[in-house]
Amino acid sequence: MDPRRAPRTVSDPKVRQVGFFAPGAAIPDRSQSGPPDHISSLPPTIADLSPSGANSLSPVMIPPPRHASAPLSPLRRDTVPVGSYNASDFMPATSPTAATSSSDDVAWVGRGGRAGAASSSFPGGGFDMPAASSVPASGLTTVSVVNLPPGLSEKAGVAAELQNDRTTHSKPLKEKMTKAERRALQEAQRAAKAAAKAEGGKAPPASSGAVSSANAKSAKAAKPSSQKNDNVTVAASEKKGSDRPPEKDRKKDVPQPRMQYDDKSRVEKAKKRAVVKQTEARNRVELFRHLPQYEHGTQLPDLESKFFQLDPMHPAVYKVGLQYLSGDLCGGNARCIAMLLAFQEVIKDYSTPPEKTLVRDLTAKIGSYVSFLIECRPLSISMGNAIRFLKNRIAKLPLTFSESEAKATLHSDIDRFINEKIILADKVIVKHAVTKIRDGDVLLTYGSSSAVEMILLHAHELGKQFRVVVVDSRPKLEGKLLLRRLVGKGISCTYTHMNAVSYIMHEVTRVFLGASSVLSNGTVYSSVGTACVAMVAHAFHVPVLVCCEAYKFHERVQLDSICSNELGDPDAISKVGGRGEINFLDGCANSENLQLLNLIYDATPSDYVSMIITDYGMVPPTSVPVIVREYGREHLWI
Amino acid sequence: MPDVQALVNDFLNKLKKRKIEGSQATSRQTAELLRSVISQQRVPYNNQAGALIDAVKAVGEQLIAANPVELAVGNIVRRVLHIIREEDLSLTTAAMAGLNLSAVSDDEDDEERDDLPVLSAAVVAAAARSTLRPPSLQTLLEDMPDSAAIPHTSSSGGDSEGKSKSADKSSRSRKLKHDVIEAVNELIQDITTCHEQIAEQAVEHIHQNEVILTLGSSRTVLEFLCAAKEKKRSFRVFVAEGAPRYQGHLLAKELVARGLQTTLITDSAVFAMISRVNMVIVGAHAVMANGGVIAPVGLNMVALAAQKHAVPFVVLAGSHKLCPLYPHNPEVLLNELRSPSELLDFGEFSDCLDFRSVTGSPLLHVVNPTFDYVPPSLLVCSSLTRCLELRWKENVDGEILEILAQFITSC
Repeated sequence: MDPRRAPRTVSDPKVRQVGFFAPGAAIPDRSQSGPPDHISSLPPTIADLSPSGANSLSPVMIPPPRHASAPLSPLRRDTVPVGSYNASDFMPATSPTAATSSSDDVAWVGRGGRAGAASSSFPGGGFDMPAASSVPASGLTTVSVVNLPPGLSEKAGVAAELQNDRTTHSKPLKEKMTKAERRALQEAQRAAKAAAKAEGGKAPPASSGAVSSANAKSAKAAKPSSQKNDNVTVAASEKKGSDRPPEKDRKKDVPQPRMQYDDKSRVEKAKKRAVVKQTEARNRVELFRHLPQYEHGTQLPDLESKFFQLDPMHPAVYKVGLQYLSGDLCGGNARCIAMLLAFQEVIKDYSTPPEKTLVRDLTAKIGSYVSFLIECRPLSISMGNAIRFLKNRIAKLPLTFSESEAKATLHSDIDRFINEKIILADKVIVKHAVTKIRDGDVLLTYGSSSAVEMILLHAHELGKQFRVVVVDSRPKLEGKLLLRRLVGKGISCTYTHMNAVSYIMHEVTRVFLGASSVLSNGTVYSSVGTACVAMVAHAFHVPVLVCCEAYKFHERVQLDSICSNELGDPDAISKVGGRGEINFLDGCANSENLQLLNLIYDATPSDYVSMIITDYGMVPPTSVPVIVREYGREHLWI
Repeated sequence: MPDVQALVNDFLNKLKKRKIEGSQATSRQTAELLRSVISQQRVPYNNQAGALIDAVKAVGEQLIAANPVELAVGNIVRRVLHIIREEDLSLTTAAMAGLNLSAVSDDEDDEERDDLPVLSAAVVAAAARSTLRPPSLQTLLEDMPDSAAIPHTSSSGGDSEGKSKSADKSSRSRKLKHDVIEAVNELIQDITTCHEQIAEQAVEHIHQNEVILTLGSSRTVLEFLCAAKEKKRSFRVFVAEGAPRYQGHLLAKELVARGLQTTLITDSAVFAMISRVNMVIVGAHAVMANGGVIAPVGLNMVALAAQKHAVPFVVLAGSHKLCPLYPHNPEVLLNELRSPSELLDFGEFSDCLDFRSVTGSPLLHVVNPTFDYVPPSLLVCSSLTRCLELRWKENVDGEILEILAQFITSC
């Protein structure tokens, strides 16, 4: 820890403070309570803030200055630069996000008793979310308030300047800590501890420990350094860094290179373990040898017959796996939720075998289930993130927890993930996106995205007058289902196919697209065809809005659609559903020279995307890395 | 000429019902029809060319009106008109030369001699004008009144002078008709062989191990690719299926049958694949005067993707597809909406068809266009002039009957 800590405190700000940084981030530093706050924000603060923080959702793209609106105490103004400086780079991951945003529409408010935990986890979705650390600002007002002149923190270059400020200001800072404040702080910490205990670990496991140890450490850390108070916070937040996976885990965090299916030996190994015996497809496309391609439909009956024999597999997981395999379950969110619910079942029925520890055994078990699911269908990125989250939660379980406690914790963690990262996130996205729909608009959407559908329905409920163009493409023709639902709700729709997109684009005023994932170079990884639609829209100067929950963001970078993708059933290409007369390829399906390629995803370059609507607000694609960086850890921690 | 009228009506019906698929078939049949119109046309002594032109025009207008979207019909009608005029002009000049000679040889007829210089001057002027002006598809249209008028008035003037030339005239009229029919035959020949002529150039453009993408099906493209294959080039082809008609399946089948490595992809995967493609080769429905291309639906998207990845976008088009018109709002005016049943099954969606909005208009619309307009900016950029040159040449001698307009989207 220590070796790592030292350089970080110094260098990080300079290096990492790029992009959007909320000025308000200042707070945590000041109050030493910083760490505890992020982790399990204090009940009292929360109570205070939700009213103040309940700003109406205003759809604004990442405006750092906005945070100035957070209630401030005049007292602390001078401390500002320091605060913002520290907080913004030390707390990147955890932003407690408090209740700032829309406590009215967010369900977790009602989730009883867990105020603390809730506040720490929900990404907010308020307008100020994108600016990561802004939230703490409002959240912590009671303890210490800081206001940063808007824009100060926007420039990376400011960092250096800030550093200077820091030293100069350190003295006054310390003095400013009034007795009352300190007492408040202590009380808060105590409360947090109590809460943590009472919750039986519902709060992030590290929290209570971190609180106390952070304080201790902070005291220690303060001594050697001359910078006193500031360094305390530095240390504290560094301490919090200890919650962060230690080096080893961090490495694990970096996604492993994917399995390359043209690597024979590894494929052989994988085959031995495989539960699902897939037969490889015959004519594989040369370019895609690195992706798994199997005959579809062959293994389903086989698996079904094994349903009662498969000992190691939990039936819930098995069911989900079969649903993936048969294609009954598709769509990133649906798949992810189904998987998480299955894991919830698994955890409910789980009992630690003798001689084993829950943490390790359960992780291994989940791992084996995941590989089963992968055999059924390669994981989507959203699922990968959810699994990372779950494994992280398991790993973080305090050893002191009893089995039932641990299970209850995990159960509620999963619930929380589903509610906050998916369901609430969608609600927030809908709220944002609806503001972009005006009367008379012609909205184009491609395929079927659950988020876009919700947006359209909500806008319709609000009485907006608009028309929808549903663009569809083979082989899935998901647009038909969407079309039916929209028309059923009384929305005027135009249906057309992929090729006609440039014909119809003349009359379109907005394009709404769903996404499977957004990668950190701004590339939108989505169902195949999205790139074409976005490209044509771009050529016709129509804004392209991509709706994607932040939990689907991923730090990976992808430049084309070939290196990583998924291959669907090739036979779906040759058979045109509902058009019996199109059977040209009936005879030559087995020909050596003919390959059928059914790509599932493609990557849309960020140039084509005007805006990404996420639960952190509406951001340009260039801000994706900021969100990934600032909130990535939070997804793991909640 | 009842039989001709029947033929015309039959063809009109076919055009109206869109029974004829593809511009090559259409243009060939148009040319054949016009040939029979010409051969059946009774030619008067005077102004034979004018009579022929009138007849062809009358039929041509009907044909164009029958399917205004099929530009090949209009192109062929214009070509035939052009042929008639050219033949007439060459005959007149030949006759004038002969007359000149005779006039010089016998000095008796003063009137004749006085008249002759005027005539020949007019003819020479007309000929000079037609050589001076770059004879392009456009000038064909503009020239119509002048070139038709001048030789005829002059010949009629000479006609009234003396009966000595009547025998000559009748032979000339027969000769004119004969020449025109010959030329139209040549035209038909050229149309039927345009694929082969384009395919000859395949090896110049396809190299070993190339990856080629095409969308939908075009006979020209098929022949082109096969010609390269026959020359022992090995390359692979990605075929986008071209919804909603899925002609790509047909093309893929043909290519596979001829031993080409073929991969069939969905239209939506075009953008994903184009980064690995060396060249896009597609057919066209028509090439407009501004260099824009009317192409099967979906090609605008492909052209955009090709431009994004700086992949050469090659359009193969026989000369019968070159259209002298400038497109105005071609996405709408030069397009055709096909039946929605190709997209949605009526049975499946019968319940949705009844939904009405408050105003009573139906909630569900289905759009199924046939063509796309690929603007020249997407295709041409720097090589626009070259492309015009090709076209220009083609019209000068009428010999280059295929054109390979290669537009490299490099900027």
